[in-house]
Order: sequence, then C-alpha cells, then structure tokens
Amino acid sequence: MNRALALHLIVVAALAAGIFLLPVYHATNLARIMVLAVFAMGYNLAFGYTGLLSLGHAMFFAAGMYAAGLGITLGGWPAGLALLAGPLAGGALALAAGALALRTAGVSFMIVTLMLAQAGYLTILYYTPITRGEEGFVLAQGLRRIGAFDLSQDLNRGLFALGLFTAGLLLSLALVRARFGRIMVAMRENEERSRMLGYNPFTVKLAVMGISGAYAGAAGAAYALLFGSVGASFGAIAFSILPLLWVLLGGAGTTLGPLLGAGLMFYLTDIASSYTSAHQFVVGAALLVLVLFAPRGILGALRERGLKWLP
Amino acid sequence: MFDPYFLLALLEGTVTAAILALTAVGLSLVFGVMRVVNVAHGEFLMLGAVVAWYVATFVPGPPLMTWAAALVIAPLVVGGVAALADRLVLRRLNYEAEGTIVATIGLMYILQQAVLTGFGPGARAVEPPFDWMIDTPWFGYSGYKLAVVGLAALVLGAVWLFMTRSRAGLVMRATQIDRDMARAFGINVDRVYALVFALGAGLAALAAVLLVPVQQAHYLMGHDPMLMAFTVVIIGGLGSVRGTLIAALLIGLSDGVISFYWSPLLAKILATLFVALVLVFRPQGLFGERA
Repeated sequence: MNRALALHLIVVAALAAGIFLLPVYHATNLARIMVLAVFAMGYNLAFGYTGLLSLGHAMFFAAGMYAAGLGITLGGWPAGLALLAGPLAGGALALAAGALALRTAGVSFMIVTLMLAQAGYLTILYYTPITRGEEGFVLAQGLRRIGAFDLSQDLNRGLFALGLFTAGLLLSLALVRARFGRIMVAMRENEERSRMLGYNPFTVKLAVMGISGAYAGAAGAAYALLFGSVGASFGAIAFSILPLLWVLLGGAGTTLGPLLGAGLMFYLTDIASSYTSAHQFVVGAALLVLVLFAPRGILGALRERGLKWLP
Repeated sequence: MFDPYFLLALLEGTVTAAILALTAVGLSLVFGVMRVVNVAHGEFLMLGAVVAWYVATFVPGPPLMTWAAALVIAPLVVGGVAALADRLVLRRLNYEAEGTIVATIGLMYILQQAVLTGFGPGARAVEPPFDWMIDTPWFGYSGYKLAVVGLAALVLGAVWLFMTRSRAGLVMRATQIDRDMARAFGINVDRVYALVFALGAGLAALAAVLLVPVQQAHYLMGHDPMLMAFTVVIIGGLGSVRGTLIAALLIGLSDGVISFYWSPLLAKILATLFVALVLVFRPQGLFGERA
C-alpha cells in the first residue's frame, strides 16, 4: 500500500533533481515531457482505467491551449487566470462531447470522438483570422508571468511543470485507489455486471471524460504558457493518437505508465530524428509492435511478472 | 431562375461523388465482411496515386496507354500490399476491433513515411489520358471528368455483380453473415479475409488512378478521402453497400454545392458533425437496416 506512494514520491524527487541538475536542453525536454505526461495521464484515466478508447483528446488539449492563449491575447487576462481557464475549457468540452459520444460504445465511440475532434480542428482552421490556424501564434514573454514568477525562465518552467505533473499524478493515484477508481475498472471489465450492481455506466463514464478532458485542458494551457506557442496542429488527429501511443507504451491502466511512455517516445523520436528524418516511421512501427507483441505496455508487463502492487 | 454555376457545382459534386463511392465501397466491404475499421484506407488510395505516377512516368507510350496500364497495375500492387498487411498484422490480432484500429493507425504512419522517403514531399501531376472539352453555353467542362464518372459507375456495377452473382462474392457474403458457420462449411476464412482486404484496397487504388490526373499525387493526399469515406460509409450504414452508394452521391453533391457557394472548410465541418450525430442517434446509418 505505502510502497506505491513511496515509489511515486521517489519518481517526483528524481524529476525534481533532473530539473536542477540536468543541462538546460534536457531540463527543457523534461519540462515538456511532464506537461505531455499530464495530457497522457488524463487520457489514461479514460482509456487505461475505464476502457474508453477516445481518438479525439487533441480537441480537449487544444481547447485548454486556446482558452489560455486567446484569453491572454484577446481578453487581456493575467497568466494565472488563463491557466485556470485551461482545465475548465477542456473539462467542459469533454463533458459535452462525452454526453454525445457515450451514447455509443466500442468502434462507434472511437469514430464519434474522432469526427468531433476533426470538426473541432476544422473549426480552428475556419477561424484562422483569430486563431492564426496551422501557423499559430506566439505568446510574448512579458505575458507569461504570474506575479513576479516568470514562466518563460528555464528553472521556473521546470518547477511549474513539476508542480502540475505532481498534482496530476497524486490526484490520479488517489482517484484510482478510491472507490470511484474501482468502479471505473469495473466499467472497463464488465459493464453489464456493474450496471446490475446498481452503478450507472453513463454517469460514471461521463464523469471520467470530464476529469480526463480537464487534465488535457490543463496540459494544453500549461503548454501555451510554458513554451509560448499556440497552434492548430495541437488539435489535429495526430495529436489525439500520441497520448494513446504513450499510454500503450508505458502501460495502460498504470499510474506511472503515461510518464514513462511520453518520456521514452520523446527521446526515441529525438534520437531517431538525428539519424533519419523518418520519425513518423518510429511512431508507426512502435504502434504496430506494441499492439502485436506487448499490448500491456512496459509497466503492465512488469505488473504481470511479479510487481503486483504497482498501481 | 437558372444559375449556370449551380450546374457547374453539381458537375463537380458528381465527380467527387464518383471517386468517393469507389473509395467508400472498399472501406464498407472491409468493414462489412471483416468488421475491421481500416484507418489506413486513405493511404491505400495515396499509394495507388503514387504507383499511377510511376507508371505514367516510366512506362513508355501515349498517355492513354500508360493510364490504362496504371488502371491495372496500381490496384494489383496496392492489393498485394494490403494482403501482406492482413497476413502479417491483422490476422495475428485475430481481427479484434480495438487492436486493429491501433494497428491500422500504425500502418498509416508507416505507409506515409515510406512514400515521403521514396517519393519525396512534393506533389506530382499526371497528364490526363485525353483532353476533350465539352462545351456548354456557359463554360467548357473537362471530358475526362465525365469519363471518370462513367468509369466509376462501371466499376461499381462490376463490384455489385461480383458480390451478388459470383461464387467468390457468395463466399464473402457467407463469411460476413456468420464466420464460424462459413468455416464449418469448409470455407478458408483466412483467405477470404485477405482477399476482401486486398479488394477494398484495390478499389481505393482504382479511385486514385482516376483521381490523379485531376488532383496531383502527394504523400498526404489520403487524409481527406479517408475521412470523407468514413463519413459516407457511416451515413450509408456500416457494411451496407447500397447505402454507401446513396450516401456518396448525397455527400459528394452537397460538398460540391456547399464548397462552391460558401467554403470548403464549412462543408467539411458540417459533414463531420453530421457523421458524429448520425452515429450517435441512428447507428445503423440513414439507409442501413438495423443489425
């Protein structure tokens, strides 16, 4: 029981050490990975724990990103408020999309989420005069500070990403260990039986979609504020598939899998792109290999081979 | 009040519908028989266009001849790739729904990258096999585009005959209705699946050969047709070929008209939203029968 919590705290401590000790290039990568891992953790709550294979999470990430970015540039909001708007926008949009998509299941659910996200992406392009479309826009450095805390500084960026990541990680750990987490897994394993036991699958799944979307939106807003760029490509289909890949690689239904998957994939594409420009090939091959030979991912495989306590 | 541009929009819509119908029938066939949602279907179309470009460039002869050669070669090559993918990947996943979606996404990236590396990032044009113009009182219209519509109709008719009148079609339909019973009757279901997957991909490649003189070959060109084909297949009812044809006509024409008078983006937004709503509120499609 406490072994698990200790492991999570060790991981957080190691990440903190990384931010202070690593050279700037890798520390920035680490900050990026942690923000993307928050996105992946949200995805994991829906896909890994509740069995909702969504192909539209980029829409929630982009919602958070644009809520924060446009809030600052058009609304003149302070950075703190923009960061709060992220999870709210992502969560609200996920609730709306979920209310529609959850009336279907399985393959239809995947396609409905895919189509809704595609409509969202096209909508961003349609309003190119405001959103700057595919090209995107840059948030000026002066706008990216909370009080005196300048988010564009290397160390501050790492610390903020770490804080967001830690909050997300501990929240998801608490969530999956709570009663509600058990119900989520019950929905994944046998929806009919859990319905018979008196749970309403629709409300449970809708709540999970909302939480998952809030994670994605928070990650999107943080990405905009920390790295200063907002663009439509974060709402494209490819960006819905990446969290699926990260979660599959790290281990679906494990709390640390999203971080592991996002980090490994980040450095895998980074290393591959220094040898060849064919980094899409790496993504495609990783998906194929995972689904063929290791459907449980790294941590899932470890959990099967003895580390049963891994949450 | 007759607006000649409305006629032009309708003509363009009909051409879109013809290409779309070919692409979507392949997707629908694969889903109907194998229950596989093939996300890489658009890449098969793209691959067909690339093969057509290579044939047009490296096979000597007048454009009409090379184009006719591409009509034969591209579906064969692409069908072969698809059969290989079926054997190496899909069969090993036992055609399980979620696994095959993830796998075909992987396949999509690999095919795109392969073409990007081998063929390059540029768009390349293929000369139309003939360039007659058909004159109307208001505008001239490409005769080739009308030929595309005719050819697509011919191919679709052939597919329909194949599915309803031939023994292979009968076996495919039997497998679609009950895989285990088909196997009990001694049908080699594995071979049927490989054949269906190849046939679906071949139809996409055929659509590509028709399309490529109008729109250039490019490694990302499969993206939009894939989404459009999904739209059509879902609105027509997953697995229903007749519904697919009606939906292709509907979507093609409305796409032509909306893009003409408003914006192509708006047409796409409306179509994708419409699909999502159809799947939610009428999962059997507008023309399909309840499963």
